[in-house]
Amino acid sequence: MMDAAGGIPLEHVIWFAITLFLIGVVGILIRRNVIFILLSLELMMNAAAVVFIAAGAFHDQADGQVMFMFILALAAAEVAVALGLVVQLARRFKTLDIDAASEMTG
Amino acid sequence: MLYLMFLASCAIAIASAIMAITRLNASHALIYLVITLLSLAVIFFLLGAPFAAALQIVIYAGAIVVLFLFVVMMLNLGRRSVERERQWLLPGIWVIPSILAGALFVILGLALIGAENQAVIDGEMIGPRRVGAALVGPYVLAVELAGVLLLAGLVGAYHLGRRYLDERRER
Repeated sequence: MMDAAGGIPLEHVIWFAITLFLIGVVGILIRRNVIFILLSLELMMNAAAVVFIAAGAFHDQADGQVMFMFILALAAAEVAVALGLVVQLARRFKTLDIDAASEMTG
Repeated sequence: MLYLMFLASCAIAIASAIMAITRLNASHALIYLVITLLSLAVIFFLLGAPFAAALQIVIYAGAIVVLFLFVVMMLNLGRRSVERERQWLLPGIWVIPSILAGALFVILGLALIGAENQAVIDGEMIGPRRVGAALVGPYVLAVELAGVLLLAGLVGAYHLGRRYLDERRER
C-alpha cells in the first residue's frame, strides 16, 4: 500500500472507475429490460467522468471539469431521445424487452 | 482522512451500482442509481472539483434520474413487470458476462500496473471561476456544439413523443 496520508492516489481512482465501468458493461449484457440498459449506460458514462475529473485534478487544470460538463450535456440529450424510444417501444410492442424491437434483422 | 472518505464513497458507489443492475423493480434500481450518483458527487468533491460535484447532484441526480422515474411511472410498471423481470433475469445469466468483464479488468489492470504511476491527488480545489473561464475561452466552440446537441435531443424527444400522442388520438 502506498503512502496515502497526503491525498488520493490517481491509480486508485482509475481502479475505481474501471470497476464502475465494468459493472455497467455487465448490466448491459445481463438485462433485457431497456430501462435497465439505459441505467447501465449512465453508470458507464459516470465512470468516464470520474477519470476526466481525476486527470484534471492531477494536472491542476480545469479541462477535466469542462469535459465532465460535456458528458453531462451528452447524457441529458441521450436520455431525452432514449426515453422517447422507450415510450414508443412500450406502446407498439406492449413490452420493454429490447429483443422485441429486432424486427429489422429480416 | 481524505483517502478514507474516498474509500468509503467508492465502496458505497460500487455496492449500490451492483444493487442497481440486479434489482427487479425499476423504481428501486433508480433509487440505487441515485445513491451511486451522490457518492460519485462526494468523490468529485474530494478530488477538488466542487462545481462538478454540484452539477452531478443538480443535473444527474436531480434531472436525469427524475426523467427516468417519470417514464417508469408513466408506463405504470406494476407487480406483473416484476414477475416478468424474474423470468428474464435467470440465475446464472451473469456468469459469462462477469467472466468477460473480469478478463477486461485484468487486462486494464495489467496496463495500469505496468505504468508504475505513483501520482497522488492532493484535493486542491479547482473552483467554478477557472472552469467558467475555460468554458468561454478555449472551449467556446465546443460549448456551442453542445448546445446544438441539446437542441437535437429536444427535437428528437419531441418528435418521438408527438407520434405517440397522435396514435392515441386516432383510437
